[in-house]
Amino acid sequence: MPTTIIAGAGHAGGQTAISLRQAGYEGRIVVCGDEPVPPYQRPPLSKKYLCGELALERVLLRPESFYATHDIELRLGSAVREFAPERRSVVLDGGESLDYTDLVIATGSRPRRLEVPGSDLGNIFYLRTLEDADAIGKELVAGRRLVVVGGGYIGLEIASTAKGLGMKVCVVEAADRILGRVTAPEMSAYYTHAHRARGVDVRLSTGIVSFEGDGMVRGVVCADETIPADVVVIGVGITPNEGLAASAGIPCDGGILVDERCAAAEHVYAVGDCTRHPNRILGRRLRLESVQNALEQARTAAANIAGTPTKYEQIPWFWSDQFDLKLQMVGMSQGYDTIVQRGSMDADDFAMFYLKEGMLIAADAVNRPREFMACRQLVPQRPSIDPVKLADESIPMKEMV
Amino acid sequence: MARITFIQPDGSASTVEIPNGLTVMEGAIENGITGVIAQCGGSCSCSTCHCYVAPEWMGVLPPPEEEETGLIEFAWEPREESRLTCQIRVTDALDGLVLHVPAEQL
Repeated sequence: MPTTIIAGAGHAGGQTAISLRQAGYEGRIVVCGDEPVPPYQRPPLSKKYLCGELALERVLLRPESFYATHDIELRLGSAVREFAPERRSVVLDGGESLDYTDLVIATGSRPRRLEVPGSDLGNIFYLRTLEDADAIGKELVAGRRLVVVGGGYIGLEIASTAKGLGMKVCVVEAADRILGRVTAPEMSAYYTHAHRARGVDVRLSTGIVSFEGDGMVRGVVCADETIPADVVVIGVGITPNEGLAASAGIPCDGGILVDERCAAAEHVYAVGDCTRHPNRILGRRLRLESVQNALEQARTAAANIAGTPTKYEQIPWFWSDQFDLKLQMVGMSQGYDTIVQRGSMDADDFAMFYLKEGMLIAADAVNRPREFMACRQLVPQRPSIDPVKLADESIPMKEMV
Repeated sequence: MARITFIQPDGSASTVEIPNGLTVMEGAIENGITGVIAQCGGSCSCSTCHCYVAPEWMGVLPPPEEEETGLIEFAWEPREESRLTCQIRVTDALDGLVLHVPAEQL
């Protein structure tokens, strides 16, 4: 019987198994992961799960019973330690050896560590796993002081959640603007203002020198001052887990290199955060940290293994929920030469469109589902759209599609 | 608890039991209903759990919020009976609900 082994039981790994069965694959499926829980959704970990609004069962990708019902073997707490592509076999933690017909690497990514004096003090956290979220969640108590290091999506979402729980929250960003890696200065300015207006102390151009404390962290030492803290969460980016692939000789370059079929080598696929894939529409390789990327690469790899040749060709989209602001993004705005605003930032009700040489390449929408959805249809076509029309609220988005 | 029937574009139907408090989307996912994808996991950020509500059930469901309406407008072939199933919470009153799954999700 053909066997697919999936190395990694996160969002992408779990979805690969589910999609294989949906695609009619009748072989053996084994999902191996280092965490003790079945595959789960990570986005709620910084939002509704973190504040206790969403229970564990509702964060799981599928109930645990689903896997037995669909004849999917879960090897939890038992990651793939190494594999031999020439023999098509893997070795799990604990020493068990398994042969495969196809291997799917879904090893995800890990938080980048901030190595400064005191970074090993208690109550300093990173957020990636359910276990991390449980540990942080216990410390988010009204009245206590949280310092978030890093003004990216994860950090800002945690800040928003903690503020909602009644904490005193400070976000410390080393660059001169938050979200600098992912969006335009206008959006950074908007989100800085939005957080400040909702009571978050946002410090820009502020590097961390060290953490101080007495076993537990008590303060975040910056160049000019020490910010008091009871809890610190660090969110300064992730590193793809390419070690398993690299040690087996699979080419990696800031992510496991895959083709548009998500294949990394013969009978070896890779999906999710750990990959760097070619995007034909954008004409370059991307490494994405997103749910869409995890799920769609999983579906692509599963279809190819199940015998239907399939390519992954999508325009990236993302979302981030902070306070009452639902941010939805389409495309990659890097390289834009014109930015167009539609709606009102003061009313928290607007979209920003990014154009390059007259073509629409990306959009960020705040509480604007129509603009977001219209752009999901528009951006893949790289249409030329008159900026004046885009800004004109009297013209419905329907008419632009 | 409500028994909810999903009818596929080819006419095949499956009826599943979904506990109160879950969303219709969560019940569909747990039961492996084809065509309900729910890419964003229920945070009302995509439209991939879109279904058509059987007309006789339209009056029973609470009306959609603005953020749902906006997404539906650009979903695959939206109609008056279109809903995002992640925004429908199951109660006893929904026992017998019939939903039609669209042929595609965007």
